[in-house]
Amino acid sequence: MHQMTLAEIARGLADKKFSSEELTRTLLARIAQLDPQLNSFITVTEDLAITQAQAADARRAAGETGALLGAPLAHKDLFCTKGIRTSCASKMLDNFKAPYDATVVASLAAAGTVTLGKTNMDEFAMGSANESSHYGAVKNPWNLDHVPGGSSGGSAAAVAARLLPGATGTDTGGSIRQPAALTNLTGLKPTYGRVSRWGMIAYASSLDQAGPMARTAEDCALLLQGMAGFDVNDSTSIDEPVPDYSAGLNASLQGLRIGVPKEYFSAGLDPRIADLVMASVEALKKLGAVVKEISLPNLQHAIPAYYVIAPAEASSNLSRFDGVRFGYRCEDPKDLTDLYKRSRGEGFGPEVQRRIMVGAYALSAGYYDAYYLQAQKIRRLIKNDFMNAFAEVDVILGPTTPNPAWKIGAKNADPIAEYLEDFYTITANLAGLPGLSMPAGFADGLPVGVQLLAPYFQEGRLLNVAHQYQQVTDWHTRSPAGF
Amino acid sequence: MALDRSDVEKIAHLARLGLNDADIPRTTEALNSILGLIDQMQAVDTTGIEPLAHPLEASQRLRVDAVTEINHRDTYQAIAPAVQDGLYLVPKVLD
Amino acid sequence: MQWEVVIGLEIHTQLTTQSKIFSGSATTFGSEPNTQASLVDLGMPGTLPVLNKEAVQMAVKFGLAIDAEIGQHNVFARKNYFYPDLPKGYQISQMELPIVGKGHLDITLEDGTIKRIGVTRAHLEEDAGKSLHEDYSGMTGIDLNRAGTPLLEIVSEPDMRSAKEAVAYVKAMHALVRYLGICDGNMAEGSLRCDCNVSIRPKGQVEYGTRCEIKNVNSFRFIEKAINSEIQRQIDLIEDGGKVIQQTRLYDPNTNETRAMRSKEEANDYRYFPDPDLLPVIIEDAFLEQTRATLPELPPQKRERFQSQFGLSLYDASVLASSREQADFFEKVVSISGDAKLAANWVMVELGSLLNKQGVEIDESPVSAEQLGGMLLRIKDNTISGKIAKMVFEGMANGEGSADEIIDQRGLKQVTDSGAIESMLDDVLAANAEQVEQYRAADEAKRGKMFGFFVGQAMKASKGKANPGQVNELLKRKLEG
Repeated sequence: MHQMTLAEIARGLADKKFSSEELTRTLLARIAQLDPQLNSFITVTEDLAITQAQAADARRAAGETGALLGAPLAHKDLFCTKGIRTSCASKMLDNFKAPYDATVVASLAAAGTVTLGKTNMDEFAMGSANESSHYGAVKNPWNLDHVPGGSSGGSAAAVAARLLPGATGTDTGGSIRQPAALTNLTGLKPTYGRVSRWGMIAYASSLDQAGPMARTAEDCALLLQGMAGFDVNDSTSIDEPVPDYSAGLNASLQGLRIGVPKEYFSAGLDPRIADLVMASVEALKKLGAVVKEISLPNLQHAIPAYYVIAPAEASSNLSRFDGVRFGYRCEDPKDLTDLYKRSRGEGFGPEVQRRIMVGAYALSAGYYDAYYLQAQKIRRLIKNDFMNAFAEVDVILGPTTPNPAWKIGAKNADPIAEYLEDFYTITANLAGLPGLSMPAGFADGLPVGVQLLAPYFQEGRLLNVAHQYQQVTDWHTRSPAGF
Repeated sequence: MALDRSDVEKIAHLARLGLNDADIPRTTEALNSILGLIDQMQAVDTTGIEPLAHPLEASQRLRVDAVTEINHRDTYQAIAPAVQDGLYLVPKVLD
Repeated sequence: MQWEVVIGLEIHTQLTTQSKIFSGSATTFGSEPNTQASLVDLGMPGTLPVLNKEAVQMAVKFGLAIDAEIGQHNVFARKNYFYPDLPKGYQISQMELPIVGKGHLDITLEDGTIKRIGVTRAHLEEDAGKSLHEDYSGMTGIDLNRAGTPLLEIVSEPDMRSAKEAVAYVKAMHALVRYLGICDGNMAEGSLRCDCNVSIRPKGQVEYGTRCEIKNVNSFRFIEKAINSEIQRQIDLIEDGGKVIQQTRLYDPNTNETRAMRSKEEANDYRYFPDPDLLPVIIEDAFLEQTRATLPELPPQKRERFQSQFGLSLYDASVLASSREQADFFEKVVSISGDAKLAANWVMVELGSLLNKQGVEIDESPVSAEQLGGMLLRIKDNTISGKIAKMVFEGMANGEGSADEIIDQRGLKQVTDSGAIESMLDDVLAANAEQVEQYRAADEAKRGKMFGFFVGQAMKASKGKANPGQVNELLKRKLEG
């Protein structure tokens, strides 16, 4: 039962082959049995899940239908869930029971999904390895000594290990696509503004975007359908009609123009990954696509610009964690400054503190122009590169990550070693473009992902290409030994 | 221009982060490593380029002026560290 | 040494929107603590701001009224600092691109001349909450009901040269925002608050001296006193060989002194940057024109009209035009009585002192415009004299009814029947035969004063009801005779 995709579950539920409650109980048992090896959940919401599953079964019995009605999933633990701990994997919010539901959580619940729990992540979504969690590192089910990627590492590990068919994630610099690549999943970061950010605890507001993580593009289409849409509570949400993502999956790729940026094949790229990327290009060619070399001349400036913009916004976004209205408060503060400094110094982990300090520094008097403003200008250069590229091609294809999953602890000595793993994913956040990672093979038993990027609001095109690719390949069907 | 200990202390104070004395050297080293990465930006010629703050360059939507919220004080304060008489408590504030 | 004073003001006006600038919470003053603090106002993780259209429209209205450039592409920025009444750890404000740019406001000085004060800019921002310093188990209590109330911060040029000019400017600004209906101007409730930047320099010097900012002064009287005490402090300091240091100070009305604020001792680095949760605000031309169409007649235009239409002096016209309520009251009295000068006089003098005595504003006046206008009609048709009118006015103030009712009930109708007046005068003269003799014997120069005695006696005898003109004329004739 646990091997089923969301699409298969939807058919099974529709055909009354099993109930949502049966499925939910099976998966909860599986989580209880297997998750101790992975640490992919921070909170398992067993009671809520059973209640929601029973409600979904009742709705179905009353004649309601819907692809997500009764579908089990989990939310990354930075989506606010009413009355349920929403920790951001931080000691700061270990005691925080959110007083409201995020729009994403509410929309998916309204569609009838069943919440099995809240998944582990890098603290405040700051990381690419899921090692910075207050609740401990998450293990990659493909090799338990390796990281699952981050920051949505808990969602990735749980779905990859067949603990559940799909989960929500968020992506600020690659946090959906990179862990998807490292665990053999399909993950989609939508266009900035496509999915509401209301109730999604902010890391970097102008880059953050929620999206689905699942085993297939078809499942991502189902989940995205339940997440996307305009929200009056989010000023940066865009009022654009939401297409039927599933309906577009089977469009032909005949004549699809794929651009492959020459800058992608630089020294940092693992040659095994380069080979798998080229193999995926060949597969798509067979489906009728035409391939073109393109150029993204400012690509190399993306990481420096990102590590100014994201920390700058984060330093401000995380100021609200001050020990006054919610969250962690230090013992016996002797004065106001002591309350702030100890609550924040004790409540935030080292990587979060580093990024807050980098951001505060980049915005401080005398440095603003050289750092923040320069980064925003580079951001425009990067966007312009994409606009030029998309004048010639329909999608851009390349590796999702320069390397497969690394050993836990291997990149802990120097923070920037981990930053460089975001080389291919970060540009989509800076430009606000939709991006998808799909399974494209293995390097010594570790999954490798290929990334597709498309123009604004062309999530449907990404899902279509990935789905067609998944019709002729079977990478995405492989499951890790022991799960 | 590498940061030294006093720079790091100043930044930590600005961000109200209490650092352990013992951690400062390590933090200083890490911040300098990150700033080294960031400083690669300075080589980029951005003359005449407009900064980009939002990817989609849309404009702000305006909300109709109407009261839509009701009192939820008890719920919201149930998760607060210290309250009394409906107020959030903090150590004495001087003005 | 001759010192010149330089003053610039920052006025924070709370806009009278129903809901907050970035949330749907009510903005009502005086509610139970934290009952008007929503998820957004509390800075709950994951919450986001959405801008209130009315706040934007009010700011634009203000900009048009001071003839300012409107920022048709304006941007919200975050001002980052930690304070317990600031839930997010930043205030959403505007920095580089405010909604209102350069404009100006004319003020009338005491000598009747008009001075133009430059307005540098005005920007929208959210108000902070309140810290309550009463002892809560040795701690400070935080009430966030006010957090997120829309503010328009109006920044002046350093154009004022005395505390009196500063007060005149604040009064004019106070009147303007009330005229526009964008702020209730209630200074006691903090709806309009003022920060005063004060510096001094030797007369003739071009460079400004080092300034100090006096925070949050909340009445016209205190603005004047706070500035004057700060000027004196700076003069004393410099003349004793000291130096003014730039700092933020608080005014204590009890000691009539300013003191440095402890919480502002360290220099702040606010790390302003555009708020990524909000997009640029675009003011379309159509919106601008639509807003312009809602502008009422403003004090300068009203003042000019009062001068030309009613023939009032510059002083009277500017006093009457200084508040919308007063101007409306005056115009209503004129429309009933048909006599603008008489109306101006009564509104400014008698009504003014009544309101002053009772400590109420004109919109709570115990005598309505209809009542006053009705009374003026009775002065004009000689039913009552000006002197009797004061009695009638008092009666109206005491709630005795309309002028006609009071005249009727108290029998105050003026006696104009010459026969009746003559017989009354005969009685008066007979009762004062000795004085009549003296009068007739006296020379012209002395007679004036003595004549007044007889008038007084006559008015007393008639209980003030005899028509004074007739009394004068008939009395003169009888005494001559």
